[in-house]
Amino acid sequence: MSKLVIDGVNRIFPGVRGAVPTEALKPTSLEVQDNDFITILGPSGCGKSTLLRIVAGLDRPTAGRVLLDGEPVLAPGPERGMVFQSYTLFPWLTVQQNICFGLREKGVPPARQQEIAAHYVGRVGLRGFEHHYPKMLSGGMQQRTAIARALANDPKILLLDEPFGALDNQTRSLMQELLLGIWEQDRKTVLFVTHDIEEAIFMANRVVVMTARPGRIKCDLAIDLPHPRHYTIKTSPEFSAYKARLTEEIRVESLKVT
Amino acid sequence: MFKPLQPVSGAAKVILGIAFFVLFVGAWSIATFGGHVPPTFLADPATMVREAINLFVEFNFAYDIAITVWRVVGGFVLAAIVALPLGILMGTYKAVEAFLEPFVSFARYLPASAFIPLLILWAGIGETQKLLVIFIGSVFQIILMVAVTVGSVRRDLVEAAYTLGARDSGIIRRVLIPASAPDIAEILRLVLGWAWTYVIVAELIGSSSGIGHMIVDSQALLNTGQIIFGIIVIGCIGLVSDFLFKAANRRLFPWSLA
Ligand SMILES: Nc1ncnc2c1ncn2[C@@H]1O[C@H](COP(=O)(O)OP(=O)(O)O)[C@@H](O)[C@H]1O
Ligand SMILES: [Mg+2]
Repeated sequence: MSKLVIDGVNRIFPGVRGAVPTEALKPTSLEVQDNDFITILGPSGCGKSTLLRIVAGLDRPTAGRVLLDGEPVLAPGPERGMVFQSYTLFPWLTVQQNICFGLREKGVPPARQQEIAAHYVGRVGLRGFEHHYPKMLSGGMQQRTAIARALANDPKILLLDEPFGALDNQTRSLMQELLLGIWEQDRKTVLFVTHDIEEAIFMANRVVVMTARPGRIKCDLAIDLPHPRHYTIKTSPEFSAYKARLTEEIRVESLKVT
Repeated sequence: MFKPLQPVSGAAKVILGIAFFVLFVGAWSIATFGGHVPPTFLADPATMVREAINLFVEFNFAYDIAITVWRVVGGFVLAAIVALPLGILMGTYKAVEAFLEPFVSFARYLPASAFIPLLILWAGIGETQKLLVIFIGSVFQIILMVAVTVGSVRRDLVEAAYTLGARDSGIIRRVLIPASAPDIAEILRLVLGWAWTYVIVAELIGSSSGIGHMIVDSQALLNTGQIIFGIIVIGCIGLVSDFLFKAANRRLFPWSLA
């Protein structure tokens, strides 16, 4: 059985004050297997965030359903961890307290919370910054904390919506390696939204390409690159072949938008 | 120094701030000592200092100050106790907002001082009446401003908390309240400042103690020195309470500072 089933999900936003309704997402179906790292690639405005928010339970589909381990998704919950593009750390909590947020909500004893937090602080390389407030951190550090915060809940699936979109190239590349490294160890199921082709190929074992708005899945490409992946793989001929193929797919879609 | 938005150094700031007070007292001295204004209208600074000492020594003015402070603080604390929970509920639940907002918006424009004759009929001229004036003047303002603050907490923080497993009570206690706490403290500081103007009005009518009462008594004796000193005392207490509030906010909410 698939880990996550997205079955005929679409989303039409009702028009406000007599405006025509916006169809953000055409009926879309996708199956995600356990331990998959899937990237969803598409031009901006094609409904990637809408799809991910529906999986997270933050938005309801107009039709269709989402199943996680066979259970229908109806509301947000801790078994689907989410990392947003905007920085959503709680500014009044330190790095450590942010990471403990979900654990505390779950009623985990404080000593155990500290242990788990310390573990994930180490995994995302933030040792020494446990007691910093988000304002004192760079964007990359904030997103690393957000990843640790989501992972600390030990979710069944990790959802990421362009988490590195606001970072500079250098940091973004380091963050990709960091996230991929974590995945290579834990093999947590990941759904990762991006509009960056290299990012999509580098991390995924499957890239799902969406069409321009209203979005639907246009192609589903398995990435057979060996693990562990090193950033140098980005210059390999296999990588370039994937890139050429996806560039063409995306180009056609982007042309429709502009 | 005179470039738009250009910061000035700490020392320059203090000197400039003091310079205005010096100018002010200077102008006052010229007007009074120079004989441009008759003493019945405006006492000179020296007379004021003499009258001030007189007030403390002969008329136990310290007691009046204490009474006035107690009235403001008492009425204000009562208003805060009632208004904070209501404001938070109003900001959180749109149904509560729809229920209370129209009335509170109307009530906040009812001038507290216009209630004084009515309150004297209801509660006499004792302490209850004084506290009620402050209470009425503050409570609706606090409710409304707190509701707006709580209602405008960043939506993505709330969503992040939901994906971390927070339930509705957790959203209120661990997101909405801490996120709005610094702004709520700022609202209380502002409203406390307004409460000072209500208390004096309340004491001008039907009162036998307090700074406002002293000012009315002095008016009957044409003692402008005492009136001015009373006004200055009110200003100083306002300044001190403002300073204390700001210092407390800095200590309580270090995360909200740059
Ligand atoms: N709450 C909403 N109300 C109306 N339209 C929306 C809403 N959210 C998104 N949309 C529209 O749906 C489309 C897809 O948005 P989104 O999923 O954010 O795209 P992407 O993440 O791929 O850039 C966009 O055209 C956007 O304007
Ligand atoms: Mg998006």
